[in-house]
Amino acid sequence: MNIWVYIDHFKGAPLLASWEALGLAKRLGNATAVLLGHPMEEAVQAAFEFGADAVLLADDPALADYRAEAFASTLSAAASAQTPDLLLFPTTSRGREIAAMTAADLNAGLLVDVTALEIAAGRVVATRPVYGGKALVRETCAVKPALVTLRGRAFPKPEQQIGRSGPVTRIEVRAEAQTTVEGYSTGEGVSLTDAGVIVSGGRGLTVFPGLDEKSAAARGFALLDELAAVLNGAVGASRAVVDAGHAPYAQQVGQTGKLVSPDLYIACGISGAIQHLAGMRTAKVIVAINTDAEAPIFQVARYGVVGDLYQIVPALTAALKKRLGRQ
Amino acid sequence: MKIVVCVKTTLPSEAQIRLEGGKLIFDNTPPVINPWDEYAVEAALQQKEAVGGTVTALSIGDESANVALKHALAMGADEAIRITDSALGALDTLATARLLAAAVQKLGGVDLVCFGRQAIDGDSGVTPAQTARLLGWPALTLASAVKIEGRRIRVERSIEEGRQIVSADLPAVLSVVKDFAEPRYPTFMGKRKADRAEIPVWSLAAPAPLVAWGEFAEPPRQTAQCEIITGASPEEIAEKLAEKILAEKIL
Ligand SMILES: Cc1cc2nc3c(=O)[nH]c(=O)nc-3n(C[C@H](O)[C@H](O)[C@H](O)COP(=O)(O)OP(=O)(O)OC[C@H]3O[C@@H](n4cnc5c(N)ncnc54)[C@H](O)[C@@H]3O)c2cc1C
Ligand SMILES: Nc1ncnc2c1ncn2[C@@H]1O[C@H](COP(=O)(O)O)[C@@H](O)[C@H]1O
Repeated sequence: MNIWVYIDHFKGAPLLASWEALGLAKRLGNATAVLLGHPMEEAVQAAFEFGADAVLLADDPALADYRAEAFASTLSAAASAQTPDLLLFPTTSRGREIAAMTAADLNAGLLVDVTALEIAAGRVVATRPVYGGKALVRETCAVKPALVTLRGRAFPKPEQQIGRSGPVTRIEVRAEAQTTVEGYSTGEGVSLTDAGVIVSGGRGLTVFPGLDEKSAAARGFALLDELAAVLNGAVGASRAVVDAGHAPYAQQVGQTGKLVSPDLYIACGISGAIQHLAGMRTAKVIVAINTDAEAPIFQVARYGVVGDLYQIVPALTAALKKRLGRQ
Repeated sequence: MKIVVCVKTTLPSEAQIRLEGGKLIFDNTPPVINPWDEYAVEAALQQKEAVGGTVTALSIGDESANVALKHALAMGADEAIRITDSALGALDTLATARLLAAAVQKLGGVDLVCFGRQAIDGDSGVTPAQTARLLGWPALTLASAVKIEGRRIRVERSIEEGRQIVSADLPAVLSVVKDFAEPRYPTFMGKRKADRAEIPVWSLAAPAPLVAWGEFAEPPRQTAQCEIITGASPEEIAEKLAEKILAEKIL
């Protein structure tokens, strides 16, 4: 089976979920990494180190900025000429969009945010969460190629083999696009979707005796930042605190925020409303810290502490720091 | 400006779902407009208020699609059209996009098509980009801020790394995220107008879907019940919890 993997990157730096897709491709067949952008030398090298058998490359200044139409046109032209059986993408904002457009160009089947995938009788059969994660559905694709975006952290990341290399084939650039990129403004630097550990705060973070809501939230988030730092993790938030202006929208976890599947999710002062759970219930291990023993978050948590986050979080930071030997 | 907004009727996120023999059983919570599409309607109305024009709401579906359409009318859309197809219920995202693109072309003279970022039933988030592609128009997805000047549209997009600022010529396709602005509540007059509206139905031919849904299954449950960690002091609890976390070998 001839499988292409679109390596999603931001200005040449690949996102982790791209390697997870490459790992799956290697298990299913022959894995060709597709890299579009500029400059791409480091990403090409990394693609081989994470297991690519071959690389298709469009490295061109006209692709220095991500523009959906140019990326999709370049990919579709190559795919209609070389007819891969399956194209994999990470479910990132760009991966989703390029896959969507390329599927439209090729009149191909599109399966989004998949968490398990098999090939049965030559057909792609995928499992994906629907209805905010309340159910899984099996999807089958009747045509070739199938385009599949894979949920981040649903598939293991392959080992990096330093120095590995392989053949690079250049593909034709189709850079004509109707969109002009005028610039970027960076957010708070959290890439929740890639994080292995997420420490999240909710409305429980806004009540501290003697402090107003804003100061309480600032104090609470500072505690979460310290815990996240010890775990090399990112900080998330519930909608309640985002709406109240205590955290940026980029940090919101849940149905109307980010969908995350970290290895460890520590929910602090979050009640566990169904819309919040929709964004994080697929985390491998969930820890809940909440003063209310009846809070629904405990129904999805593996470990719970019924207690005050302002006391438990700093103590947990200290305990983990000691054990992990981190400063 | 002729503005279109695509809306879908979904179950609200609070609705409970059960599984019986691989089939989904829904509780009888009444359906609503897909929450993301309220932001799309808000974006459409704000562009109309800024530069003038009309807002037409489109929805593909059986009669339940009128729930979303009436909500759009109540918020202030000028007209609504329901689109049906004999193969209803078996549309994949590409077939949905083909029907929406065909409806936009049938309307004619459309400058801007607004979408929600995703529908909370299928959770796909790809219909806007697919519709744009089929129309041959630029797709400005995940927009958190929009400004139209003359025939030029400028958008801030929310991406993993922050914001990307892009511009394009109209006609264009937009998908809107929550940062855009809180959707307005329907007014009393708006609701009355929506209640009385006769919504025309267009029957368009959809292609056969390429992707089909099969059996449903329960999402993986946490294997163990929640283990409540107790202790005499926060420090003792934290020590025990740290041990447990490390024993999971995930760090
Ligand atoms: C259409 C729709 C979409 C939505 N999308 C999202 C979404 O994407 N993400 C999201 O999060 N929500 C979303 N919501 C909102 C959701 O329903 C809840 O309102 C929200 O998640 C509640 O946030 P919270 O848990 O922080 O606050 P609360 O529900 O108020 O919970 C606060 C918790 O903190 C605990 N607490 C208080 N003090 C302390 C303390 N000192 N120490 C420890 N615990 C303490 C309390 O016991 C309580 O359980 C959505 C709602 C709707 C209708
Ligand atoms: N049946 C439909 N009728 C009208 N618009 C739709 C329909 N399905 C999806 N959309 C639009 O496409 C967006 C993304 O949907 P999806 O790609 O299914 O997640 C939604 O927020 C709607 O704006």
